[in-house]
Amino acid sequence: MGFGLMRSALLRRTTAALLASAALALTFAPAEAKTLRWARVGDALTLDPHSANEGPTSTLLHHIYETLVTRANDGSLQPGLATEWSIDPLDPTVWVFKLREGVKFHDGAAMTAEDVVASLERVRKETSDFKGLHTEVVSAEAVGDYTVRVKMSGPSPLYVQNLTNFFIMDKGWIATHGVEMPQDRKNAEEKYTVRNANGTGPYKVVSRDPEVRTVLQYFDGHWDTKPEVTEIVYTPIKEAATRVAALLSGEVDFVQDVPVQDISRLQSTAGVAVTTGPENRSIFFGYDQGSDKLRSANTPDNPFKKPQVREALHLAMDRDAIMKVVMRGQSLPAGVAMPPFVNGWSPELDAYPKPDYDKAKALLAEAGYPEGFSVDLNCPNDRYLNDEAICQAYVGMLGRIGIKANLVSQSRTLHFPLIQKFETDFYMLGWGVPTFDSAYVFDFLIHSPEGARGGWNATKYLNPEVDAMIKSLATEIDNNARNATIAKIWDQVQKDRVLLPVHNQLLAYATRDNISIEVHPENQPKLTTVKFK
Amino acid sequence: MIAFILRRLVQSVLVMLVVSLVSFTMFRYVGDPIAAIVGQETSIADREALREQLGLNDPVLVQFLGFVGRAVQGDFGISYRLQQPVMELILSRLPATLELAFVSGIVAFAAGVGLGVYTALNRRGLASATIMSTSLIGVSLPTFLIGVFLIWVFAVELQWLPSFGRGETVDLGGWTSGFLTESGRASLVLPVITLGLYQMTLIMRLVRAEMLEVLRTDYIKFARARGLTNRAVNFGHALKNTLVPVITIAGLQLGSIIAFAIVTETVFQWPGVGALFINSVQFVDVPVMAAYLLLISFIFVVINLIVDLLYYVVDPRLRVDRASARH
Repeated sequence: MGFGLMRSALLRRTTAALLASAALALTFAPAEAKTLRWARVGDALTLDPHSANEGPTSTLLHHIYETLVTRANDGSLQPGLATEWSIDPLDPTVWVFKLREGVKFHDGAAMTAEDVVASLERVRKETSDFKGLHTEVVSAEAVGDYTVRVKMSGPSPLYVQNLTNFFIMDKGWIATHGVEMPQDRKNAEEKYTVRNANGTGPYKVVSRDPEVRTVLQYFDGHWDTKPEVTEIVYTPIKEAATRVAALLSGEVDFVQDVPVQDISRLQSTAGVAVTTGPENRSIFFGYDQGSDKLRSANTPDNPFKKPQVREALHLAMDRDAIMKVVMRGQSLPAGVAMPPFVNGWSPELDAYPKPDYDKAKALLAEAGYPEGFSVDLNCPNDRYLNDEAICQAYVGMLGRIGIKANLVSQSRTLHFPLIQKFETDFYMLGWGVPTFDSAYVFDFLIHSPEGARGGWNATKYLNPEVDAMIKSLATEIDNNARNATIAKIWDQVQKDRVLLPVHNQLLAYATRDNISIEVHPENQPKLTTVKFK
Repeated sequence: MIAFILRRLVQSVLVMLVVSLVSFTMFRYVGDPIAAIVGQETSIADREALREQLGLNDPVLVQFLGFVGRAVQGDFGISYRLQQPVMELILSRLPATLELAFVSGIVAFAAGVGLGVYTALNRRGLASATIMSTSLIGVSLPTFLIGVFLIWVFAVELQWLPSFGRGETVDLGGWTSGFLTESGRASLVLPVITLGLYQMTLIMRLVRAEMLEVLRTDYIKFARARGLTNRAVNFGHALKNTLVPVITIAGLQLGSIIAFAIVTETVFQWPGVGALFINSVQFVDVPVMAAYLLLISFIFVVINLIVDLLYYVVDPRLRVDRASARH
């Protein structure tokens, strides 16, 4: 053995010994530096907190930036950077927020009312994708260091519900880096905020490689109690099979967006745990009941205009079969197009009939279609859990009453424009309710297109009385009167069969079995709540 | 010579323009970027305003000319989805794809030639029969399935190799390399096999066929008659002549390895340009898609150009033909 070889062997042995003692030391100090490796289907689009109003983006940002109020796992509002919020008793058009004291940004600056005002200024800018949630804001002013008064154009009792994804930035930092405007996609120039962040959140950004890996580290100056997870390694893995494999092989600890068909197998796998819970999202069908003639039907008129036909569609859907066969038990069949978290939901509204094909057929005949008719059914194939399979199942059910639905199933990039441009006769859509209030459903899906409202009303449902009631919800501050109006609107919507609900989605989180995490109804898990067993 | 090169260059630019125009027109059918880039609360008026600002209401030809005009100046715009300059995104992803493609290419070539020669020389052996029939799997199974199968066996069951990503990389001044770290090399194994399997089978079958052909020719018979050793005959004479067409094909295949790395990159979450492209398609991120297609057509055009020029240099008959044709 030559000298060089001997030396390297010696070196190797010494290193091994050192490593072993280091490993030993680690096992004796488990409370320090716990890393959680987290994988989901897509990456956050940007670190700019006011630029992209998109689920995965907000989920990651919640760890870096903070909001005035937060949404707990049961759907309730909880204090965040604001400890109290209320409508000014003397002026119903003013919201007052009392801020938490002693909050620091990652660069050490203290958070004050001026930062909230500056952030509100920024989130309402032309290039912000969140500006739609702040349209009623007229102005904001800081009263002292820890009070913010927000003046609205009229009474806006629900405004605080719009703030769960409104992230607070540092006024000084905004000015230093010249990022008064959120990232603008049409200018071929990147903003500093896309890759850099300075929030008050529990974690700081250590490194960010978009779509590859983002590493976050616990921020020592955070105001809240120290979480068990002190480091987060976030990796998007697009392919479902690879994502699940990465969990099984131990390369990641927590997988979001678990495919429905893998749930039961993962549950029976040693070392892996699956947590399921309801998601704030309902899946339903819509049909054009406003046009005089359908684009794709073989009839000279519009069958969906006739109440009997809409009732028949409703009776032909076997929701329990879809739940058992298509969703493998992982869904909550629904009779109303909103999840149970939402204000306005009731078990009576959510009740749904057993399928009755004979009655449905009779109704079709009564409406003048004894032989049925044919129509295109537009369906996405990459957006909701088993979306295409649900449509296929429903096509079969419609076939039993003589309606020949031609399934047009395509990517969401082609599907959603059809709905947004009102160019579809019959379509599937899913709708989450971030404000947890029925008004959000009505504003976008039921109200006729007008200003910020009705942008997704591809059913072309038009009822001036309902429109008026929907509008009144925005400014009604008497809660009882407001809830009574909501109930009235739902009654009308259900009677007119505007939407055809299928079910509410369930979310599944898969983890290594030493980790416990709760399902968040908006699919925004906060890793500060993760516990190691 | 210079005229020939110039002519080929002009042709190359034309090819790229046509390819990008065709792809640009096809983007119309991929979907509406607006639906993918704004939140659901955005009002109809705001959606329309954004469409106007992004120039999506302009005729395709106007959009295309604008794109080419900016592209010539090196400006590919900003990604709708990741909000970063497209050129920078692509350049940061290119090393991953190129490393994967080159390693697959080399492995496929080495293994393909080795196995091809072996099966040609031992036509009747059991090993050859096994290699030939297993190679059919390489051709007929979809890349996706091969990838998932490898992940299942080597990452989940045996836990020998990582199931996704590139592992640790080292930044060599703008070029991130996975070659220098252990986890980087381990991460290469499964994607390289997945991506290279088809090419390997192709090269193996080509080598075998060519080799059998050459072994039947007279000069091999003469060589044997002269009493040369098997080794000298097989490798000195036969293989040398076999490799000429094989090298041409393999060179051209390198372009398609880069282009078709898309599936492998998706299965292994390999952070290369192919995965970037697929993600962009789902978001109708037109600037990224357009730049990617330009890049791929550029690679193909360059490879073809080099091949053409090499022929011109290597084969004197080409020059004579062209010279005489002009008189």
